[in-house]
Amino acid sequence: MADVPASAKCVVIGAGIVGNSLVHHLAKLGWTDIVQIDQGPLPNPGGSTGHASNFIFLTDHSREITDLTLDSVVQYKELGVFTECGGFEVARTEERMEELRRRMSSAKAWGIEAELVSPEFVKEKVPFIEEDQIIGAFWQPGVGVVDSLRAGTIMRDGAVAAGALTTVPNVEVLGLDVEDAPGGPRIRKVRTDRGDIEAEYVVIACGVWSPKIGDMAGVSIPLTPAVHQMISVGPCPQLAGGTGEINFPIVRDMDTFCYERQHGADMEVGSYAHRAILMEPEDIPTIEQSKLSPTELPFTEEDFDPQLEQAFELMPELLGAEGAEIRYAINGLLSLTSDGSPILGESHVKGLWTAAAVWIKEGPGVGRAVAEWMTHGYSEIDVAHSDIARFHPHMLRREHTRLRTTESFIKTYGIVHPSEQYESDRPQRKSPMYDQQEKLGAVFFETAGWERPFWYESNAGLVDKYGDAVMPREHEWDSRWWSPIINAEHLAMRENAGVIDLSAFQILDIEGPGALDTVQRTCVAQCDVAVGKVIYTPVLDAKGGFLSDLTVMRLGDDHFRVVTGGAHGMADRHTFTSQLPEDGRTTLTDRTDEISTIGLWGPKARDILSSLTSDDVSGEGFGMLSCREISVNGITVLASRISYVGELGWELYVAMGDAAALWDALLSAGSDQGAVPVGIGVYGTTGRIEKGYRAYGAELDAERSIVEAGMQRPKVKAADFVGREAYLAQREAEPKTILCTMTVDDHTSKSGQKRYMLGGEPILTRDGGTLTDGHGHHPYVTSAGSAPSLGKHVLLAYLPVDQATIGNELAVSYMEELYPVTVGSVDATSLFDPANERMR
Amino acid sequence: MAAANVLVCVKRVPDSTEEVVLSEDAQSVDGRASGFTMSAHEECAVELAVQLAAGGGEAAVMTLGDADAVEQLRNALAVGCTAATHVVAPESYRFGPVDVSREIAAVVRAHEEEGRTHDLLLLGNDAADSGDFQVGIRLAYELGRPVVNGANTLTLEDGDDGPVVVAVGEGPDGQETYRVPLPAVVTIREGGVEPRYPSVPGRLKAKKVAIEERQPLSEPTGPGRVRLVLPPPTPSAVQILGEGPEAAPAVVDVLEKLGVLTK
Repeated sequence: MADVPASAKCVVIGAGIVGNSLVHHLAKLGWTDIVQIDQGPLPNPGGSTGHASNFIFLTDHSREITDLTLDSVVQYKELGVFTECGGFEVARTEERMEELRRRMSSAKAWGIEAELVSPEFVKEKVPFIEEDQIIGAFWQPGVGVVDSLRAGTIMRDGAVAAGALTTVPNVEVLGLDVEDAPGGPRIRKVRTDRGDIEAEYVVIACGVWSPKIGDMAGVSIPLTPAVHQMISVGPCPQLAGGTGEINFPIVRDMDTFCYERQHGADMEVGSYAHRAILMEPEDIPTIEQSKLSPTELPFTEEDFDPQLEQAFELMPELLGAEGAEIRYAINGLLSLTSDGSPILGESHVKGLWTAAAVWIKEGPGVGRAVAEWMTHGYSEIDVAHSDIARFHPHMLRREHTRLRTTESFIKTYGIVHPSEQYESDRPQRKSPMYDQQEKLGAVFFETAGWERPFWYESNAGLVDKYGDAVMPREHEWDSRWWSPIINAEHLAMRENAGVIDLSAFQILDIEGPGALDTVQRTCVAQCDVAVGKVIYTPVLDAKGGFLSDLTVMRLGDDHFRVVTGGAHGMADRHTFTSQLPEDGRTTLTDRTDEISTIGLWGPKARDILSSLTSDDVSGEGFGMLSCREISVNGITVLASRISYVGELGWELYVAMGDAAALWDALLSAGSDQGAVPVGIGVYGTTGRIEKGYRAYGAELDAERSIVEAGMQRPKVKAADFVGREAYLAQREAEPKTILCTMTVDDHTSKSGQKRYMLGGEPILTRDGGTLTDGHGHHPYVTSAGSAPSLGKHVLLAYLPVDQATIGNELAVSYMEELYPVTVGSVDATSLFDPANERMR
Repeated sequence: MAAANVLVCVKRVPDSTEEVVLSEDAQSVDGRASGFTMSAHEECAVELAVQLAAGGGEAAVMTLGDADAVEQLRNALAVGCTAATHVVAPESYRFGPVDVSREIAAVVRAHEEEGRTHDLLLLGNDAADSGDFQVGIRLAYELGRPVVNGANTLTLEDGDDGPVVVAVGEGPDGQETYRVPLPAVVTIREGGVEPRYPSVPGRLKAKKVAIEERQPLSEPTGPGRVRLVLPPPTPSAVQILGEGPEAAPAVVDVLEKLGVLTK
């Protein structure tokens, strides 16, 4: 029995579609001395790849997932293992038809050929379907099936032939050795039952087993193995006689959460309708203990029976054909995560990477992205939503994954609103003001585990006060997870003042002799400023794409405080941590749980604050973009004069223990002045969108540049920073696309009802023609929201350069109807208060 | 004779895998990974029952087992049985051959009292887990019926004194054929018929059949199980004799032992 090599540059654990794609791309990028191991035999080691249905639908509402899928399709085609068959998503209900219209929006935005078709159209291509059961369908001719095992073999063989790879099957990983290095823990060795391998890089790409392997290095990989039931019925005479594996389009029966996919003379019926059946990775049987394979568990009929009936309804002639039998039925294991995205990237253990919770349709795309990331520090496709660094500690608990996936499994084919909130495993993090907010009727949305008031029912009276200016929404979908109170709070803040709980900010203190160097290297903006200055800055990757945008306060010569959004806070923490000097003398301390933040903004903000402090908060005494400690009603706070909502005011940083008292003091001092508590609906959307402020994750991501986002400053600092060279080049080149602000001219739909876009919709020419930017991308709405002070609904989108002119008349497609829009800004100039006079 | 009323007796057993895992109390096999099934013998018995009942007879199925054993009844219903009886017995492993044959006989007698007759009782040749080889004979004795063991094909004929089942099986000296008047008991060995998989309509139909539930006639008697013990692992067939030239003498020894080399 051959042993494993004693050392390697990189060990890839797992020979499923992900591991195989990864070794292929690493080899292509010039890596050598790669060792790939798997506990099972080749070519099918017994993981989820081995029993996958192997079909690929192209359109997802997530751009990241869709791009990974499209890249995977290109790769599967190059490998010669892709068979195009087309695919339908059929609707049995009007609600589903509306969702399919939304799918059309995503298809147009991501550039995928698709159309909505009639039941007769479906019947023509799928003669054995009962067309009376459906009312329409979403048709994608580019849907296809792949041979993922063959793809894996070809990719692996290529890397072996290139002399880059040694693959050893039937090797069990017993441990991962981590050493304490000055810059933090680092991977050293993979211990196996066939010997140890010293390695600089180790990638955990072993699907449902990944958490078990991660635990060996103290790295939580929060995915759960979950059952997806599947049966195969045949031989069906209707399917016989064709050549090859598939001759009919795949049908996703969206309302019953199942699919029918031809496989030769058999029809596979797969289900996402059953209860969530989860498993712990440690309980997955071994190959020897399994009847079929470790991830093909015994079928539990009673879970599948309702689905069988629905499938039979749709295709009775086929599934009831003489001689057609259920020849194969499994509870197949696949990986689920709490937010539905894969888990990729370097863990907190240096050199230990993850590539897990990936489905067949994303496998090769993920392989390429992770290989690029390992090689260059970035990938062409931005995979930030899949970064393992995104998880906050409470999300790393197995229970969190278990509860969230139990809740979301049934939504796999569900109609999920873009603002839909999870119900399970809440609350996790409550701000010190939570009890008061609850009494005010706060409607809480969750960010990074924090319960954040989105609006306050106590402000319902303001809706009457402002009348139609709150821009009420008539359609249920447009107003789901929304309230006109948000817009009323917005107007009250602009009229008087608003008090906003910002406890979800991630607060990172960087201290020590290398503190300045660390922030200078990480941030684009000049951070070598006077103590007491506040800096707003992009953070870039080496190719000049956005990793984040955040603020930095200089609190001392060797002390900087980084403040960033909670949602992306852990990834930012990873970014700064990786820039710390290795001598250990400069530290990063996460103070999120010690410090609360309260925002006070509006024309009355200064009056309110000065009524509570004897410190100088005048315009001259406390200028914009400065910060210092003041005493507010006897409470010490760090006040920072900055605004994300376009009003005069401060962010007040306060010890958690004092925050509730500060909150009460501000509201009570402000009540005479008309100040109200204001929710994140204003802070995150209406206030910012009126000011044209960009948000990371919406307008800003690693595929966008500062220039394209219209955020370039006249000068670039001399000090070096990550992405500097790329940024300088971007400034010299003509941009290929430009972020623009648009307003909707008319909201009236064909039915007469007014409709309000929520984001993600394609921007087209006024008569519905396709637009394409210099990247080959089609414009889509990155953020949408009310601008109550303008009386307009505002949309942000990256437009082709020749379309980026003020006054340009275009259209937005919403639920397959066109609405006229006009470009109002082609740079960062805001539509509301463009001279920023209100902030002074 | 066109058709008969047949009752097949099946038992829920863990499916076979390379490595057997015991439950924590060592009273049963942990079937979570392997799944549960009925034995291949019983699958053939079900297939024969469905065939013999075609054209006017009834193919009924019964089991004695825990609540979960309903799965095996549904599976038999899905491939063509039309009635099912479940003798619900928690800790059914405590029921030995004496108990099981008594309970089956009780079901048969109860059905007769209700006017339902089972002309032919089919069982697997032996249980896949306990391998007792006894229930068929004990059942026949209990009911005073003739019994044939180990048949793999069955046909029905009209005999001089009434219907006859012709049971054919493989005996030690060749094929054995028995003609037995009904009512009778036959235990089935796999190999004579190809059991079918369920169809989708069959599965849907099976769901709708009301399963008769009965309590055991009495508590189990006779010897009980203490615990299951796994046999020692099969020694690896591979023995590493050494590496490099130093291994040569060991190789020579082996070859000599095999008689292919003389020193």
